Amino acid sequence: MVVGILTAIGFAAVYIAGKSQISTGSLTYAVFFFGLYLAAHLVARYSVPNADPYVLPIAALLTAIGLTEIYRLGPSDAFRQATWVVVGVVVFAVALLGLRRDYRLLENYKYLFGLGSIALLFMPLLPGIGLSVNGARLWVHVGSLRFQPGELGKIALIVFLAAYLREKREVLAQGRLKDWGPLLVIWGAAMLVLFATDDLGSALLFYGIFLGMLYAATARLAFVAAGLGLFLAGSAAVYRGTPHVRERVLNWLQPWTTHKIFCPLNGQPALRQDCQSYQEVQSLYSIAHGQMGGTGLGAGTFRNASGGLIIPDLKTDFIYSALAQELGLIGAAGLLLLYMVFVLRGFRVSLFASDGFSKLLAAGLTFGFALQTFIIVGGILRVIPLTGITLPLVSYGGSSIVANFLVLAGLMLVSNRANTELAGRS
Amino acid sequence: MNRQLNRLAVVALVLLVALVAATTYWQTWASGGLQDRQDNAIQRVVQLTIARGLIEGSGGKTVFATNKRRRVGGQTLYSRRYPQHGLASQTVGYSTTGRSQAGLERSMNDYLTGANANLSDAFRSILNRLGHATVHGDNLKLTIRPRAQQLAQQLLGSRCGAVVAMNPHTGAVYVMASSPTYDPNLIDEPGGYAKVLKIRGQCSGASALLNRGTQGLFVPGSTFKIVTAAAALDTGTFTPSSTFYDPGYCTEYGQQISNAGNPDQGGREVFGHLNFMTAFQHSVNSVFCNVGKQLGAATILSYAKKFGFFKTPPLETPADERAPSGTYSQKSHRLDENPAHADPGRLAFGQWTMLVTPLQMAMVASTVGNGGVVPKPYVVQKITSHSGATVRNTKPGNLGRAIKPATAAILKQMMVAVVQGGTGTAAAIPGVQVAGKTGTAETNVPHVYTAWFVSFAPADNPRVAVAVVLEKQLNGFGGAVAAPIAKQLMQALLPG
Repeated sequence: MVVGILTAIGFAAVYIAGKSQISTGSLTYAVFFFGLYLAAHLVARYSVPNADPYVLPIAALLTAIGLTEIYRLGPSDAFRQATWVVVGVVVFAVALLGLRRDYRLLENYKYLFGLGSIALLFMPLLPGIGLSVNGARLWVHVGSLRFQPGELGKIALIVFLAAYLREKREVLAQGRLKDWGPLLVIWGAAMLVLFATDDLGSALLFYGIFLGMLYAATARLAFVAAGLGLFLAGSAAVYRGTPHVRERVLNWLQPWTTHKIFCPLNGQPALRQDCQSYQEVQSLYSIAHGQMGGTGLGAGTFRNASGGLIIPDLKTDFIYSALAQELGLIGAAGLLLLYMVFVLRGFRVSLFASDGFSKLLAAGLTFGFALQTFIIVGGILRVIPLTGITLPLVSYGGSSIVANFLVLAGLMLVSNRANTELAGRS
Repeated sequence: MNRQLNRLAVVALVLLVALVAATTYWQTWASGGLQDRQDNAIQRVVQLTIARGLIEGSGGKTVFATNKRRRVGGQTLYSRRYPQHGLASQTVGYSTTGRSQAGLERSMNDYLTGANANLSDAFRSILNRLGHATVHGDNLKLTIRPRAQQLAQQLLGSRCGAVVAMNPHTGAVYVMASSPTYDPNLIDEPGGYAKVLKIRGQCSGASALLNRGTQGLFVPGSTFKIVTAAAALDTGTFTPSSTFYDPGYCTEYGQQISNAGNPDQGGREVFGHLNFMTAFQHSVNSVFCNVGKQLGAATILSYAKKFGFFKTPPLETPADERAPSGTYSQKSHRLDENPAHADPGRLAFGQWTMLVTPLQMAMVASTVGNGGVVPKPYVVQKITSHSGATVRNTKPGNLGRAIKPATAAILKQMMVAVVQGGTGTAAAIPGVQVAGKTGTAETNVPHVYTAWFVSFAPADNPRVAVAVVLEKQLNGFGGAVAAPIAKQLMQALLPG
């Protein structure tokens, strides 16, 4: 209820700030979103009555914040995004209704999920349906409909890891190839495909999820240490071998140069901030312009004097810098706080779950959610090198929305079961 | 498994807290530095959303700088236009979309953008921002008289040089002309800056961007004799009737410095017996050489300091667009105040390492006209807010007394004599008593001179003081080429 009202206020703010250019459409969005949230809430009440009561409102609020900012940046994009939110809510409802009795049957199909994950990741490389956008081959298209299957691949991989690690967690320590084999094959294949598609952000995310879940299942820090060691060695090798990766690291370490260097975009010498690191640097300027209180929703500056977007990928990878400019430090910290609460609730769900699969599934989904947020926002804030990936629930992008509604459904299913059992015991 | 899950949760939280810390860093600590960066495309646009204040001439009819308004992508953007093109461009300056600025556009930027308004204005501007209303900067009203400024520019023509005219009592600058000049509208056009850099007057190495009135350093030649005479009279060492013998040269360090080197004397090279008044009237170098030797460089330079030399003269334009006058070291090109390094004889007639700006020479003439008190020059008369309220009104000030009123009175008579029957007769205005002094400084090239004329009028109640300098004049003497320009400007600026 509160969330719905907040969303309405958000749209009203954009509406007031941009009253000269936008019609009453924004209020329609508020009403529409409120209705959608109500529907999702009712489905959840019916199918998973004992689920954690916080995760759905927080997810809805994050979605609403994203939709509001996307609407402010381009009303037509908001329509497409809203359509995807509807799809996401439908998928969410189907998942809840279909798996409300016992989602643990998923465990039986773990290899199907493992292979499915590889297949989904591999799809963009297939001729005919694969599509390359901004140099990364992450998309498939059917007609005019575009989709990033990797987002769903992430969830499939988490399901596989949860099921596989639950089964083998006791024996992995023995280090037998028979136990490690399937795990390494599927995970290794995923990493290979991600490198083949130049999707560094997802590669980093998958690696992190894998290490996190491996540690949760086996309690062996040695595995994590070995994994991190491998990661460093692998990164060094990749840094030398791949110009693409080298560029990202240089953009991170030295986004500003004082001398002109070779610019691969036009083949001319240019300062790095005018060439490779342009988006990163302008995104920092955008955040800096927000200062403490922000410019106010709808009053930020995102377009140059000729009307073009200063940061081309603003609504997808860089939506955080748009929000940080308009909402300021107060708003940005509030947004991050929402992510923190969501992550804490997610881990709480996994702590209260009774079986290993449920624990690992909830922890994997939550850790992946947190890590994805860190990878993109940390990249924007120059904490780590920037790798393009979506900000969960907020960024523009249909596949990401649908995938994160599945994360939400997973957490609610696990928590519903755990809470029902607890209630039954007492 | 719960222990691991707890630890994993801590790791996840630490990562998210790091994001809050990093956001705080960029939005508070690092924010200012990032906003000042030249490549900041956001600030470049933010600056264009502010309607900069107008810059108007005296009288309010002539606008030097205004805004062109356009709507782009739902926002109103303002870019600068300069309707007067090349008029007073070095003083007004420019402000481009690429955030490069010069002149008053740079030094008065905070007023023009409304950034340094008082608390209630600042509050209103925040409200405006929230309500998406345009922020309007404050308007500047200059002391520049557009018609006289136009006339000065015309008279300079394609010759390199400068004209500074001011009110000798208040210091209000009426004319600040520098030639060659440029159209500030060009700076923001593609390739326009390169075009401006290529502008050439009749002198090599001329930059149109240089404000020759405040930044141009020229050898003063005989105009510096006003300062030497001020020292000679004010210290009581000499009177106008002190007599000298002019053999046509002066001996310094055992060497003869011939009057023949002074083109300002108008042909006569040997004057024989004469008094100080006549020596000033006809600008006789040998006399001033001996006066200088007797006074010493230290005394002359200490009087120069009283007139404002060795300090950057105050004005509202950026400090680095103004230069101090004084003796400059020929090696380091920096000011060298040490009198031991100066040759008193040559210094006395303005032909040593002394370099001056036209503004400083206008201040010297003003001081004589103002009874010995140096007026404080200013070019911004009034700053008003967009709603019309006065933000600041310039009150005339002074830079202290340079010479006694009696000394100023005698100097005035001597300068009147120059125009009445000396080297500066070309500046005489019928019905108005003009006081002036010519200067023709040698350059490294024979027969090519820097021509000067400094003056004020009317002598009994000065209303205007003028300094004119023309660079690289072939056989061009101050009394012949610079004095007529000063005359026309004084006529234009005198009431009636």
